Amino acid sequence: MDLRIDGLGVTIDGRSLVHDLSLDVADGEVVGLVGPNGSGKSTALRCVYRALRPAAGAVRVGGDDITRLPMRRSAQLLAAMTQDGAVDLDFTVEEVVALGRAPHQRGNQALTGRERELCAAAMERLNLTHLARRGILTLSGGERQRVLLARALVQEPRVLVLDEPTNHLDIRHQVEILSHLRGAGPTVLVVLHDLNLAAAACDRLGVLHQGRLVASGTPKDVLTEALVADVFGVRATVVPHPLTGDPQLLYALHS
Amino acid sequence: MSAVAEALPAKPRTALRERLASPKVLVLTCVALFLVLVASVVVAIGLGAALVTPAETARYLWVALSGGSIAADEITTYQIIWQIRTPRVLLAALVGAGLSAVGVAIQAMVRNALADPFVLGVSSGASVGAVGVTVTGGLAALGVYAVSAGAFIGALVASFLVYAASSSRGALSPLRLVLTGVAMSLGFQALMSVIIYFAPDSEATGMVLYWTMGSFGAASWGALPVVAAVVLLGLAVLHRYGRALDVLALGDETAASLGVSADRHRRSLLVVVSLITGVMVAVSGAISFVGLVMPHLVRMVVGAGHARVLAVAPLVGAVFMVWVDLLSRTVVAPRELPLGVITALVGVPVFITLMRRKGHVFGGR
Repeated sequence: MDLRIDGLGVTIDGRSLVHDLSLDVADGEVVGLVGPNGSGKSTALRCVYRALRPAAGAVRVGGDDITRLPMRRSAQLLAAMTQDGAVDLDFTVEEVVALGRAPHQRGNQALTGRERELCAAAMERLNLTHLARRGILTLSGGERQRVLLARALVQEPRVLVLDEPTNHLDIRHQVEILSHLRGAGPTVLVVLHDLNLAAAACDRLGVLHQGRLVASGTPKDVLTEALVADVFGVRATVVPHPLTGDPQLLYALHS
Repeated sequence: MSAVAEALPAKPRTALRERLASPKVLVLTCVALFLVLVASVVVAIGLGAALVTPAETARYLWVALSGGSIAADEITTYQIIWQIRTPRVLLAALVGAGLSAVGVAIQAMVRNALADPFVLGVSSGASVGAVGVTVTGGLAALGVYAVSAGAFIGALVASFLVYAASSSRGALSPLRLVLTGVAMSLGFQALMSVIIYFAPDSEATGMVLYWTMGSFGAASWGALPVVAAVVLLGLAVLHRYGRALDVLALGDETAASLGVSADRHRRSLLVVVSLITGVMVAVSGAISFVGLVMPHLVRMVVGAGHARVLAVAPLVGAVFMVWVDLLSRTVVAPRELPLGVITALVGVPVFITLMRRKGHVFGGR
């Protein structure tokens, strides 16, 4: 199912955080949203998973304006891996993953056999099976991110959005998390900090700067030395990755 | 040494927690706890200045319920059992259950380990209402229920003020809710001090102790049906919110992505929780500690899942409160110790011990 962000605008306390943002993510595509701190990436994403109500424009999933859908219905279509992953209560890994089924269930209904299999498969895929009975508070950062991703997958979403899923992870876990994005089935919109990882993981990139979309296209088209200097204020040399051909940025601290 | 001592007790508890994950074991546990509750109630009704064996107590209760007959010389004992102690012990069980469940709900809903049923200013609001009615003689039309009614109204007004003052731009943030509640509580306490200061000769001073420490001394059959209805209905409603509370505990953003509007749920929960707490405070005063600690204790044993916690916590809380009330009226008989004193004296050491053994309680910090 495709995701269409259509003229999205967010204003909080009179400050315009996102302005007239339009971005399409085709069915099965992985699109990355990049930009400097405070450029409005997370704010835009929060409108997509309905933590925030846009002041203008619309977010459409499969053509439907999500703000017109009941919360439960939109959560059946669209899952999010958010930044407020910190849990205070000592749920087990199993319990947190199972909560991904919440939009599909009513009240305290128990998981069906199929749903239990779904949870087991997601935990298997993210290498969490051996941690199933562990308390979520005892996990390392990387393990916790994998749990949150497993929960989002169990939701069986048509569209998956992720807000800096590689935050606080070492490079091995960053690569690991992003390797699960492609071919995860659903359409993916992901906010990323690391431009090189974004270029490697995404089919297309959108660049946000001061709340506006300033460029979008394939990583090769978007990540130019001029744009990086313009938007990020950094001088970088762009070289093709020797194995994959993806554009990669090299930074020189002194020139 | 100490590492071994800490590692050992953790094992059986984890095993119990895993076994409790199965619905069958959970139901059996609840049935067992319910039987313990019934036994505790019968024993507690028999104990006091006039000692009655549990078998005799059960016989009297059966007579009262089935409309049987008793010998003429048993009437005094029967009246003590049925008219005085039974409503009191039942009230203790209800309030214990209610406070525990409300504590569970409030801690999840404001995402704060230190929250208890009174964190939103309910108890100090109730005190102001009760003392106000006593001093002014208002609500006289309600007769013996005037003070309770005053307390209930005070509790609801307090909840509403906290709610109104903490919501901004249509959102109800957990931290704002707690901070506003704490600030409002202090304000209400000041208000109460003012009332007492200007009415020094009234019975208001004694009432303050009653309302801030709690007592079941005023229990009667008259108020019990209302309390029972509100608490039991409230427990059922809160239990239905089980999974929603799980989701709320994950944070507002995550809740939104799981199809739960945190603000809307917090609002409805606030209404439910305020009603239950208001009714309980009106009949027993603000009994501290139970609503704070019982949720933690139960979570340590059964895990964090709210459907489970909300099934077990009310039963444990009810049993605990029945025994606390028994202590309160027997230890220094014929005087009574305030309930808050006993809940703290018994609960604090138990809680600290368990917390140290388990390593963490809430938030893993």
